[in-house]
Amino acid sequence: MFSNFFSFASPQAFYPVAGRMIPWFGWSAALLALAGLYIGFFVAPTDATQGESYRIIFIHVPAAWMSMFIYLVMALWAGLGLVLNTRLSGMMASALAPTGAMFTFVALWSGALWGKPTWGTYWVWDARLTSELILLFLYLGYMALKEAIEDPQRADRAGAILALVGVVNIPIIYFSVQWWNTLHQGASVSLTKAPSMAMTMLAGMLVMALAAWMYAIAVSLARVRAIILERERGRDMAWVRSMVNA
Amino acid sequence: MKPRQRRLAAVLGGLALLGLAAALVLNAFQSNLVFFFSPTQVAAKQAPLDKTFRLGGMVRDGSLKRRADGLTVDFVVTDAAKDIPVTYTGILPDLFKEGKGVVTQGRLGPDGVFRATEVLAKHDENYMPPEAADALKQAHNEGAAKLRAERASKSLVTGK
Repeated sequence: MFSNFFSFASPQAFYPVAGRMIPWFGWSAALLALAGLYIGFFVAPTDATQGESYRIIFIHVPAAWMSMFIYLVMALWAGLGLVLNTRLSGMMASALAPTGAMFTFVALWSGALWGKPTWGTYWVWDARLTSELILLFLYLGYMALKEAIEDPQRADRAGAILALVGVVNIPIIYFSVQWWNTLHQGASVSLTKAPSMAMTMLAGMLVMALAAWMYAIAVSLARVRAIILERERGRDMAWVRSMVNA
Repeated sequence: MKPRQRRLAAVLGGLALLGLAAALVLNAFQSNLVFFFSPTQVAAKQAPLDKTFRLGGMVRDGSLKRRADGLTVDFVVTDAAKDIPVTYTGILPDLFKEGKGVVTQGRLGPDGVFRATEVLAKHDENYMPPEAADALKQAHNEGAAKLRAERASKSLVTGK
């Protein structure tokens, strides 16, 4: 069974599988986002202290979760590529980076728009906000470094080291609100305690988080297909030529 | 060891060393990473009293007073242990309320009054509809009343 599973580590075998999976993830992303936004805007009640402005949570929290989680997955792929020398791992890491950067930017931007009406400021240099900004720079630095190196294998190795070093930042972001005094409040939802939100609010947020997962998978699969074609072209493989010419 | 296992060991070892280094650095920076100081820390002179710093805590219930000019407010920031009086001229954020969190930036005057140049509201991680908040408040008040009544009846019985 495992020998079958590992056969997908070859870009040629993975290409059609990824293509078949994209519509499933894409459509579930669209449907879940519709359901999540409906719950968020029409079903979930007004918040007692913040009024309507808390509804940014339905975008902000899923985006912030994804920004951290995608980085972990990206670093895992990069590390696997470094250890196992598999071509597809580096491609997967490359495919995840732009989506992770996008979610980080959305988390920062929606957070700024949320901060003004509630805290009274768009931005403060507290530990949570600053470490999330560093995460955006890590994504951008990773993408820039990979683009700057011509040879894809060397680019993968250099990028993997940067991605792995940056992993240190993820627990710092997550625990910053516990370790230090920050303006940002603590986590409403965590694995260790009951969520401190009304049920419908929580439901809307979790559905939106699921939609963000599906979107991230669909987009990264589409991107990795493009990367496979681009990189394998140089290997003079008949199957790539047939795909490109078709 | 196969080359693959050697590389895995190198990656894991590198991550472990990096984590240790980060933990040491963060530990050393501990005091510089705080966004605000609590009234207790200010009273213990742990805050940079000769410079601008941020003071954070709760706005004490019943302490908010607006002066005649309509823009200047006086209130007390508390962390339940120590109180610091604050004065501020300017627009307060919408979520600024008595009994809620606040972070103010400014200087501590020689009279012990904190002169704020910026006031930010700090809200907590609880989200609930207004009815639930009302119910919670009512339950709290009823519980407190019951406790008071119990204490009163107990003191009657024991004659204390």
